[in-house]
Order: sequence, then C-alpha cells, then structure tokens
Amino acid sequence: MKKSDKPEEIKEVNLESGIKVKPVYGPEDIKDLNYKEDIGQPGEYPFTRGIHPLMYRKRPWTMRQYSGFGTAKETNERFKWLLDQGQTALNVAFDLPTQLGLDSDDPFAEEEVGRVGMAIDTLKDLEEAFAGIPIDKISTSLTINPVASVMLAMYLVVAEKQGIPWDEVRGTTQNDILKEYIGRGTWIFPVEPSIRLIGDMVEFCSKNVPKFNPFSVCGYHLRESGATPVQEMAYAFEIAIAYIQEVLNRGLKIDDFAGRIAFNFDIHGNLWEQVAKFRAGRRLWAKIIKERFGAKNPRSMTLRMIAGGGGGGLTIQQPENNIVRGAYYALISALSGTQTMALCSYDEAYTIPSKKAALISLRTMQILADEMGLRDTVDPIAGSYYIEWLTDEMEKKIVECMKKVEEMGGMIKAVETGYIQGEVSRQAYIQEKKIQSGDTTKIGVNKYVMEEEKAEVEIHQFNPKVADEQKRKLKEIKTERNENEVNDALIGLKNAAQTEENVMPHILRAVKSYTTLGEITKVFKEVFGEFKEPTGL
Amino acid sequence: MNERRIRVLIAKPGLDGHDKGAKVVVHALKEAGMEVLYTGLHKKIDEIVHTALEEDVDVIGLSVYSGAHLPLSKKLMEQLKEKKLTDKIVLVGGNIPQQDAKVLKEYGVEEVFPVGARLDEIIEFIKRRIGGQNEKI
Repeated sequence: MKKSDKPEEIKEVNLESGIKVKPVYGPEDIKDLNYKEDIGQPGEYPFTRGIHPLMYRKRPWTMRQYSGFGTAKETNERFKWLLDQGQTALNVAFDLPTQLGLDSDDPFAEEEVGRVGMAIDTLKDLEEAFAGIPIDKISTSLTINPVASVMLAMYLVVAEKQGIPWDEVRGTTQNDILKEYIGRGTWIFPVEPSIRLIGDMVEFCSKNVPKFNPFSVCGYHLRESGATPVQEMAYAFEIAIAYIQEVLNRGLKIDDFAGRIAFNFDIHGNLWEQVAKFRAGRRLWAKIIKERFGAKNPRSMTLRMIAGGGGGGLTIQQPENNIVRGAYYALISALSGTQTMALCSYDEAYTIPSKKAALISLRTMQILADEMGLRDTVDPIAGSYYIEWLTDEMEKKIVECMKKVEEMGGMIKAVETGYIQGEVSRQAYIQEKKIQSGDTTKIGVNKYVMEEEKAEVEIHQFNPKVADEQKRKLKEIKTERNENEVNDALIGLKNAAQTEENVMPHILRAVKSYTTLGEITKVFKEVFGEFKEPTGL
Repeated sequence: MNERRIRVLIAKPGLDGHDKGAKVVVHALKEAGMEVLYTGLHKKIDEIVHTALEEDVDVIGLSVYSGAHLPLSKKLMEQLKEKKLTDKIVLVGGNIPQQDAKVLKEYGVEEVFPVGARLDEIIEFIKRRIGGQNEKI
C-alpha cells in the first residue's frame, strides 16, 4: 500500500493533457468568466453549450454504427437490419483494398478482399450495397480517404439512378487524408495532390451537392494513435485549417463551405477532461472561423461532430466490461453535445462486430436517449465551477499546441516532416508505459485481473469466397462495359489531373461507364506519384 | 570487445495501417538498447525479407491488425526459408486470436505477442533468445 492511502495525504491528479486538478472548485475559479462572451446560450456564439438552441430537447443525436463486411450484398442486408432496429443513419466500412484504391483482383489485395469492410470495385457494387435503401431519407457516412472522390462519385450516381436529385443527398465522405498519414494509414498519394483532391470535392459539392459534407476531420484517429485529448483537438483544427486554406485559395468564401465542415472525435479516458475538451473545442473553433477567417454566417462557426467510438479505451481482457465502458462513453458523448454518436462494440478489440454486439451498442444509445431524462434540458452541466474552469484550461492548452504546429509552417509541413507522427507515437508509448506500470488504471488489465479468464467472443469468420465472387463480377463487368467510353473517361481524367481542372466531373464520367476504382487510382498514381512515409521515430 | 547490439526489424506487411502498436514496440526496444528499424506501412513480404537481409537483423517483428496474419506470416516464413534466412527470429504481434497463435508457431514463428502483451516480456524474450543463441556459438 502506498503512503498516499492515508487520509491526510491527498494524491495528486494530473490529466492526460497535463492539467493538474484541485480537490475542490468554487466561484473564485471562474470569477473572470463572462456568461455571454465565454459561454453563451446554446445555439449562440461562441457555442460553448452546443450548436443548436434546443439540442436534444428537439431531437436526439443521430445513431450511426460503423458497419460493412464481405460483399456489397451482405453489407446491404446488415444495413437494412440496422435501420430496422432504429438506427438513423449509415456509416460504411470498406475493405482495405477499396480504401487503398486497389481492385479485388490486384495481387496486393490478396487475403484482404472483404475482410474489414465491404469490397467495392465498380459502381455495380455500390448499387447493390444501397439497393432498396432510400438514400434521400437517411444520411450516409462513407469511411474512405485517399479515394473518397471516387466513392462520392459512385454514391452520387447511385442517387441519380434512384431518382434522387443531388441537392437532396445528405452524407459525409471521411476524406481526411492528413490524419491518415498520422494514424490509420490508408494513404496513397503525396500530401499536396491529396489535398488538391479534397479541394476539388469541396468546390464541387458547394456547387452541386449542398447538403453533403465533403470531409470530416478526424481527431478520432489521432487520439487512437496516441494523441492526448488536447493534441486530438489541436491537430484536428490544424488539419481543418489546412483544408480551409486550400479551398480559400481557389476563390471560395469561407461562408460558402465552412457550414459543411464536419469533425469526428474520440471518447475514452477521463470523463471531465473529454467533456471539457468538446466545450473548449466548440468555443475555440467558433472564434477561429469568425475572427481568423472572417465568417459572417453563424452556421459556419459551429463545430459539428460525430463523437463516441472509444476503441482505444476498450480492452481485450474481460471483453464484456467493454459494454459498460461503451455506456459511459455514450453518456460523455451526450454531455458533450455531439450531433452524431457511434460506439465501438464490445467485441471490437477482437473482431468485426457481431450482430449481437452491434445491437447492444445501438440499444445503449437508445436507452440513454429515451429512458433517463438526459434530453430534458440543454447542457445541464454548464455553470459547474470545475467544468467551466477546465474548459478554459483545455482551450489554453489547445491554443498552445496549435501554435507549435503553426510555428513549423502549418500541418502540411508538420506531417511531411514526420513531426506530428513522432509526437503522437511518443505519446502512445508514454501512455502504454503508464498502463503497464499501473499508473493509469485499466480494470481487467492492471487491476482486478482474472488469470483464468477465457474470451467469450464470437470471432467474425472471414469468408475467402468473397474474393472469388468479386473477381468473377469484375470480369463480367469488364466484358459488358463499353471500353471506348472507359478509355475516353480515363484520358479526360488524366488531362484534368495534370492541370488545375476539377477532376470530379471526369470521375463521375468514369464511374458511370463502370471504370474500376483501381483503374481510376492508377491514373492518379501516374500523375501524382506515391507518398513516401517518414519512418524515423 | 565490441559487442554487437541486437538488431530488430519491425515490419508492417500488407495493407493494414494500424501502426500504433508497432511504433510503441519500436520505442520500447530502442529504450532497451536494441537497434530498431521500422519499415513503415504497406510493405510486401519480399520487401521485408530484402530489408532483413540487407540490414542483417536478428529479429523480425511482424505487426498485423487486419486479420490477415496467417497468410502473411506463412508467406514470410516460406520466403525466409527460400533465402536461407531461417536463423532470423520471427515474432508476430497485433490482433491475433488465441487459436491462431498455435498455427503461427507451426509455421515457425517463435512467439506471438497479441494486443495487451507486456513490453518487458517482449524485451526479455528477445534478449533471452539472442543470448541463448550466442552461447551456442
């Protein structure tokens, strides 16, 4: 037993973000705070309390579990089942070859086809995935990054074929390439041309698909890769600023597109630190968009987000404990004022979520939304001495962390040189050591450990036949399609990629003629080259 | 006497981009005094084998989270055999179900360190294994 267990000695509490917490807070801790300027009513600048005046009183958050595996047909069945269970939007998982722009018959795609998500080679696959799903009624999040432009084009053609005009299509392409270089790792092209593709999509959507979010900046994966909550928010903002700059350079005005910027954040770790992270983030983002970029439209200033997940907080040991963790993460997410919530399922440390696990996650959110009065009043924690003090502290830390990146010349430079990757992996190592030494408590891992436990988790069985089926379909499509149309589209695309012309119309033309994802990506590789990863740690 | 430091190659084969675990292991092994090379993402098995040969490493640590650990490890072991590099100690880490750890060992993988494995155990295993080898010499 440590000496600190004696009542007279109180153990020091330090948050992951480097903030020291006092045992008690009172009015003197927030005496400099001005309600109207620093906090404000919900739905009003600076949006500390939330981006809508009535928040969940009016409508609960959107529930959007990440799903997809195997063929488009299998995924379509899972989508329909989730919607039948009351899920209100879709969050699509693609397999790694798709995410990296490889067709299912590519030798490097071997063993990965349909494994961690569904395989998409051509428009035909996406048509099957959304067959019988009214995509004007639900919003869809397409979790894909370097080739998000191709998936957006396919999705828009699917809408067209369902008779839905583009201005009614709602959804998001994740399309946050900068974070892929730091975490997650599905990058293909070098940084500059990758950001140009994002710019092309934003420009295209602002004119043609006004309800679509062309990118969602993912602090989530930065945190999953080791970032502290402060780094998560600061780096995400610097990434967003890099994209904003790209779009502004094209002559668009901030209010033309800032209202469609979405964020994706992570929840695990200290409860209050997470809540304060979001309050601070909302306030700071509003200031950045208004003061630095001169936005006039209040909607442009709102930090709209999906928050939840929490994969990094789940443990492989005693997996059922993850159900409980998921419920707490959902509560934190709701207290943080999220627009959309997704939870990692309890078996996700092992496998692609089973139906049972996905349903428990969905029910967790539904119980929280409907059973316990959580939605009775907007932002009930506002005005708490501790919360408002911590919100302020978090904001200061986020600003400091952003400044470091800006001093290096911004996020693009900081990623190209490997600085951010180094910072994040160093933090991951520090955190892992703290868990292994017991400094950071993880139940079932370093406290209340059970030696004899055996995992009661049903492992998702990978179906190797998916690859054969995809290859067969691909062959069939290639014999049926008009090769001249395909070649013309690819030549047009190459010419556009070589100049400053927007590539979106050319990608649309290509996917309509059933050009494969791999064929389109190959053109980009020829023109743009490939990213060289800085591997020094 | 100039004692040679243990040389380790941490490798990310295939398309999987989850490299947090791999990088944490790189940090830990470096801190334990080993020379550690990290391949970076999206490496083909023959590229990994080539680097292992060029850099004359003692240990190859494969990190796989996508679920494709069995075919990827099998391919690595076959290519090491072809290149007569069977003296390399191969370790596998990542999202590895218990039942697959056995299969991996049948392929010739010396030890499996799944998610949640202790860093000090990985370090000790390598030191013991390399130490033992030197004694034989």
